[in-house]
Amino acid sequence: MQQTTIINLAYLLAAVLFILGLKGLTHPRTAVRGNLLGALGMLLAIVVTLLNQDIIGYELIAIGLAIGVTIGAVLAVKIQMTAMPQLVALFNGFGGGASVLVAGAELFIYQPEGPTPHWTTPVVDPLVISALLAGLIGAVTFWGSLVAFAKLQEFQAFRKPYLFPGRQVVNALLALVVLAMLVGAPFCPADNAVYWLLVLVASVLGVLLVNPIGGADMPVVIALLNSYSGLAASATGFVLGNTVLIIAGSLVGASGLILTNIMCKAMNRSLAHVLFGVLEAGEGSATADEVYGGRVKATSAEEVAMLFESARRAVIVPGYGMAVAQAQHIVRELMEVLQNKGIEVEFAIHPVAGRMPGHMNVLLAEAEVPYEQLKEMDAINPTFPQTDVVLVIGANDVVNPVARTDPKSPIAGMPILDVDKARTVVVVKRSLSPGFAGIPNPLFAADNCLMFFGDGKKAMMDLVAALKA
Amino acid sequence: MGLDLITGLTIFVLAVFVGFEIITKIPPTLHTPLMSGSNAISGITLVGALLAAGIDHGALARTLGTLAVILATVNVVGGFLVTHRMLGMFRRK
Repeated sequence: MQQTTIINLAYLLAAVLFILGLKGLTHPRTAVRGNLLGALGMLLAIVVTLLNQDIIGYELIAIGLAIGVTIGAVLAVKIQMTAMPQLVALFNGFGGGASVLVAGAELFIYQPEGPTPHWTTPVVDPLVISALLAGLIGAVTFWGSLVAFAKLQEFQAFRKPYLFPGRQVVNALLALVVLAMLVGAPFCPADNAVYWLLVLVASVLGVLLVNPIGGADMPVVIALLNSYSGLAASATGFVLGNTVLIIAGSLVGASGLILTNIMCKAMNRSLAHVLFGVLEAGEGSATADEVYGGRVKATSAEEVAMLFESARRAVIVPGYGMAVAQAQHIVRELMEVLQNKGIEVEFAIHPVAGRMPGHMNVLLAEAEVPYEQLKEMDAINPTFPQTDVVLVIGANDVVNPVARTDPKSPIAGMPILDVDKARTVVVVKRSLSPGFAGIPNPLFAADNCLMFFGDGKKAMMDLVAALKA
Repeated sequence: MGLDLITGLTIFVLAVFVGFEIITKIPPTLHTPLMSGSNAISGITLVGALLAAGIDHGALARTLGTLAVILATVNVVGGFLVTHRMLGMFRRK
């Protein structure tokens, strides 16, 4: 058998292992094995690639692998679970960047057969077009992900989005330039110059597109960039004529698109609105004073502890604030104390709670909360009327009943957790400051709601102490 | 290109459908590991990077290839490792 045949069969096996690996992720019990299968597929693909007889020297490869393994392993082992969104953003970006470089290198060495393109005799070369697409998607992914990383890491310069007037016009112009370059490529022989110019324009576009997007919309952005990193790999696969890149890339592209769609639905916003729109309080929206005006009741750890004493069922609603306060471990301790008192405890997870899909689940898993107790929105919403106490910690917009009642509100129609239907709601929060949507939350002034003001972690520690007393 | 465009597109489209079928079945609780794990899989560009770095196509292509090897390896190793770490935390009662 020819060597190339063996290599291609090995790539096929690697692709199968990727598919089986993703299939393993459909259940927590099989997920670890699934991930290992995926890693095995990757190892196989790498090893057979290194057997290629055209490789003249392994020094550069060894140096590159050594540096990459070191950085990757250190990041993966050291990262805090609360910082997972920025790490995934960074990895997305690196994948996109690698695609830009590989497609660029491939164009350098490419010697097209047949006629040279000229403006009178266009030549549509699939390899050149694929390379341009890989460069475009890869560069947008790389720079977009770096900006997302900087925002999630809360670097000072990226705290506030830089919204210059006419940025939509600039973006549209850049998009037109990109389009013109793609369409013009078959008429122009200078492939390399066109490629790197396109990469440059796409880089600017990547920065400008992600920069105005706020923190609560990050789940959508990360999922979309995840999809792009896959599509960039797929396009690179077309450049190299390599099936395993095409398959792996399209799997990831599909995965990211599905997650993007789920996130958009959970906010009742279109992708275009997340990317280009700005959330604004609608005309006639109630002000904070009108909503809260003397009706907010503050409570204490002791009072909340007494509420729990007479409860049979409690639901905990975590939000990004729990991650910021690093309160997941003390929340698990609270769960155990309540369970020891015979109270049924479940967690209600809104799809966009946190900064990336599934963020809360990972934090609570880290704190050793069994995953059976984490309930999705649709599963837990019907149970709120039978719930004695709901504890909201670090969440705001996802429990705002205005989404159901006020069609003019910026979050109108967004599916929310119906915590207001429970007998009593306790909201752990530093102050009455609004959430990302910038609107007051009438839940805080509701008759059945008590505000437990303070830092999430400290408040939970006081509550656990009061329950144990 | 050792693969004709139509064959490539066929593979691409079919793989997208496979992806949609599998990934819609993944529960929300595993969405973060899904992202980091699928992200590691998209580091498959490493295969192309290794060839660009290793084959004798001049210093420029090899330099680009080596940089790509670094980026893609971080993506692959970091992605699979951190996913493994996360999944180890998902326990039953």
